[in-house]
This record gives sequence, C-alpha cells and structure tokens, in this order.
Amino acid sequence: MIQLSNVNKRFGTSSTAITAVDGVNLTIQEGKIYGIIGYSGAGKSTLIRLLNGLEQPTEGFVEVNGRKISSIGGRELRQARQKISMIFQHFNLLWSRTVKENITFPLEIAGVKKADRERKASELIELVGLAGRENAYPSQLSGGQKQRVGIARALANDPEVLLCDEATSALDPETTDAILDLLTSINERLGLTIVLITHEMHVIRKICHEVAVMEAGRVVETGDVLQLFQSPKEPITKRFVSQVTEPEDAKKVMSLMRQDYPDGILVKLAFVGERTEQPVLASLIREYPIDVSILQGNISQTRGGAYGTMILQLTGDPEATAKAIQYLHEQGVQSEVYEK
Amino acid sequence: MIETYLPNVDWTKMWDATVETLYMTAVSTIFTFVIGLALGILLFLTAPGHIWANKLVNLLTGSIVNIFRSIPFIILIILLIPFTKFLIGTIRGPEAAMPALIIGAAPFYGRMVLIALSEIDKGVLEAARSMGAKTSTIIFKVLLPESMPALISGITVTAIALVGYTAMAGIIGAGGLGTLAFLDGFQRNREDVTLVSTVLILVVVFILQFAGDFAVKRLDKR
Ligand SMILES: Nc1ncnc2c1ncn2[C@@H]1O[C@H](COP(=O)(O)OP(=O)(O)OP(=O)(O)O)[C@@H](O)[C@H]1O
Ligand SMILES: [Mg+2]
Repeated sequence: MIQLSNVNKRFGTSSTAITAVDGVNLTIQEGKIYGIIGYSGAGKSTLIRLLNGLEQPTEGFVEVNGRKISSIGGRELRQARQKISMIFQHFNLLWSRTVKENITFPLEIAGVKKADRERKASELIELVGLAGRENAYPSQLSGGQKQRVGIARALANDPEVLLCDEATSALDPETTDAILDLLTSINERLGLTIVLITHEMHVIRKICHEVAVMEAGRVVETGDVLQLFQSPKEPITKRFVSQVTEPEDAKKVMSLMRQDYPDGILVKLAFVGERTEQPVLASLIREYPIDVSILQGNISQTRGGAYGTMILQLTGDPEATAKAIQYLHEQGVQSEVYEK
Repeated sequence: MIETYLPNVDWTKMWDATVETLYMTAVSTIFTFVIGLALGILLFLTAPGHIWANKLVNLLTGSIVNIFRSIPFIILIILLIPFTKFLIGTIRGPEAAMPALIIGAAPFYGRMVLIALSEIDKGVLEAARSMGAKTSTIIFKVLLPESMPALISGITVTAIALVGYTAMAGIIGAGGLGTLAFLDGFQRNREDVTLVSTVLILVVVFILQFAGDFAVKRLDKR
C-alpha cells in the first residue's frame, strides 16, 4: 500500500544541511493503523509530508497505492492528494467557512456537483457526531469538535489513506480518547489505511497495529505493537514503552522499592497477550517454597492484546528463588531481576 | 436662513462637486482594489517558501511598490502629467485625476494586502495543498476569504486616503469638492464655500469609515 525505499530528505544548502529523514525504508499494509513515534525534531512530520508530496525526497522513492508520489507533479500529484487526506494538530480549518462548508471544500476542489457535496457533507457530519452544528463556525467549536470537522473534511473524497500529524496532541486526554475511538471505527468501517504520527506511546498503544520508532531522522525499530511492548530492543523504544507501563521513572521506582523492601530479590515481570490472564502467579506460589509479594502491577490494553508489568518481591531460600525465576522463564514471562 | 450664513454657496455646484468627488473616489478605489490585490498576491506568492517562490520577481515587484508608495502624491500628479495626457487626452477633470490616484494608492494598498495575507495561518494553506487544491483555488477560496476582514479594513483606509488625494488633485483642477474648496472658496476668500466643501468631505469620510467597519464586523467569524 505504502512503500518508502531508501528515502532521504535534506533541508538547506550543502553547508547548512539538516538531514530530516535519513535512509528510511518502510512498508505499510493496506487497512492498517500504522503509528510513527519519535521525539520532537525526529523527522516525523517531514516523513509524513513525503507521503502526500508536500515534501519531495532528496533521494529514494515514495509510493502510495501504486502512485509514485516522489516522481509525479502538477495535476497528477494534485489528483493523487485527493485520495491521501491529512489531519493536523491544529486542525487547520478555514475560519471563514462553516462546519459544512469546510467539509465540502475538498469536494469543491475535486469538482463534485453541489447537490452531491451537500449530501456527502451531511453524511460525514453524522459520521463524526456533529449533527446540529453544521452551520457553526470553527471559532464556535471546542478543540475536539474542530478535529471532528478535520476528520470529516479528510474523509470527504473517500480517501485511501489518512495521514494524521499529531492529530490529538492539542487535545485533553478524554477528548484524545474520543478522537482515537473515532479513528479506530473509521479504520474498521471504511477499511481506510491510517498513518499516524505521535510522541505519545499511549496513542500507539490504544489504536495502532504496527509502529515505527524514529530517532534523528532514522527509523530505528519497527514491528507489531504488542511485540514492541513485549520486547523493545532500542533504548529509545524502551523509554517510549515505559511511558505507558511505568507512570514514574522505572529506576527510581525500583530503588525506592529496594529501600522499602530490603529483603529477598525484586523481579519485574512483563506479561503479554494471553498469559496475562493465566494464573502463572498462583502456580508460582503453590509450587515453590518462597514468599511472593506483589509490590506494583498494571495492565495496558493494546489492539493486539493486553500487556502488563508487575513487580514482585521474592523472599525465602535462594535456591528455591532461582528455580522460581527459572520457572517464570519457562512460562514465557519476561523477567528482569533486581539483585540487592 | 441658510443664505444669511452661507451667502456664497451655490448648492447645484456643491452637489455636482460632491458627485465628482464620489465618482473619482469610487472608480479609483475599484481600480486600486484590483491592482493592489494583484500586487499583494504576487508579492505574497513569490516570497521564499511560497508556491511561486521567485527572488527576482519578488524583489522587482517589491521595489516598484516601495518606490511608488514613497513618492508624495502631489509630486506624483506632476510627474504623471505626460502619461495622463497620453492616456486620457487632457490633464483636467475627474478622469485625468484617476491615473495618478490609482498609481498612488495601488502600491500602498498592495502592501496592506501583503500584510493581510501574511497573517493567514500557514497550516490552512498547507491543508488546502494537501487536499490537492490548484493555485487559483488557493487564491480565490483560501487566501482571499481568509484575509477578507483585513482586506476590507485596508481598502477602507485606502478609500479614505483617496478622498484626501482627490481633494489634493483638485488644486490642479481635477474637479470635485477639492477644486471647489480651493478655487471657489480659498482663492476668492469665500470662507463659507470652503467650510461647506470641507464638511461634505468629512461626511464622505465618515460614511466610508462606518461602512468599512460594519462590513469587517459582519465578515469576521474568528
Ligand atoms: N522546511 C524546513 N526547512 C528546514 N529545516 C526543516 C524544515 N522542516 C523541518 N526541518 C528540520 O527537520 C527536522 C525534523 O523536523 P520535523 O518537523 O519533521 O520533526 P518532528 O518529528 O515532526 O518534530 P515535532 O514532534 O516537533 O513536530 C528538524 O530539525 C527541523 O528543524
Ligand atoms: Mg511534527
């Protein structure tokens, strides 16, 4: 569906060049919600703008749904863009137009007849839950409502791909969740491929199937979201994962725990998918002559299944403890041991 | 009653002069609006990072605008006498004032258009581009509507300046209230004529300002 091959994007003259996107290879399957996460300045926006030709790569090529975005221009590119919609962090609505007129704008661009534009706009207003507000101006709407208009506008020309550049970063947590739910339902109902940029792992966890992690212009890690939560390889990925699984700084938590629980050893377990529901702990306690206390635990729901972490304190015979940890390994539970 | 206080005022003449002033202001405002918009849009779109980014055109247009904006109007009228004679065939009367009025005001308004366009959120332009909009669509459906309140308040200021310019042009015989105030009033020591002409000019200015403010208020949905 979407293919990037050896894509480089440099800004500026050769003496002051900034490489915003550096040697990126990426394949995004049709119908997926694909997340791209990275810190500020990682090159996420530049990367997503390459997908609709708002930027052209310095090297490499970009293909979206069979169209070589990186080598077409003019009318052909404009037509391709009608099928690659975009929503924005700051919504970018036209303040001079009402909700309905904003939504019909892309249809005007595509040359759709007035009656059809009106019909389509009404449908979309219904879909995004803005019925009754069609004649309001953007200034009369809340942030969440503005983004709903942005989404309706993006869907007007029945796009194949929806690009979201930090679409929820300007919204509060509850509104963010509502918008993410809307995107999920659009993805399921319309089979639309969604590429989503964010710096919040929460967003990735909640709605993405797959994810790419970006750092300094490079894609450093890609994969299934659950997989990535289970076994993040790169340090930056681990940091992003801990955003969701450990509300506080992991090391600090562990050392505090150490102070509070000086005995035995502390083990951090990561459960993935099915196993979160399996009674691993119960059998651990039953089968090994050790004391197990749960110090902290949480579970996060991803689209591919649940992912949880738990910090245990194991006290008792060292040999039995070692065996218990061995047992956890055999059960496929990832564990990290913190010795004294 | 009126005759006692304003013995020299010829109301038919006064009315004709008012109509001439209105005519000069209206026609030159319309031309100024169109030419100023074109200049402003050209300056905006040829600036670096924009759709028609072109250093040479931008610099050239910018220089022309700046030069004509800086020439005092009264000097511009004199400089333009040969051009006016060629274009209109005479240098007297309302029509003859128009080339100078327009050439004086359009660059001034062009600058205002540029400022108005620069205030449009860049994200909105990007959104339009991401939808596959052509340049003409961006101009007529994004740039102009999104900056309309500023464009209208700009043209109001410009139209008011043009009323002042028509009065100045009156000194070289363009007609209108300026000519009446200067030739009939000032030069013949008829204070009442000067007074009434001035009051009428003020009335025209107030009406323009009121209409402009009203339109801006209605258009601004921000
Ligand atoms: N038009 C441009 N000209 C020059 N440099 C640019 C341009 N656009 C982006 N850059 C640079 O490219 C790098 C990546 O920018 P980009 O906007 O893609 O980052 P980002 O990951 O989207 O960051 P954020 O989360 O802050 O939006 C930055 O160093 C930025 O300064
Ligand atoms: Mg960005």
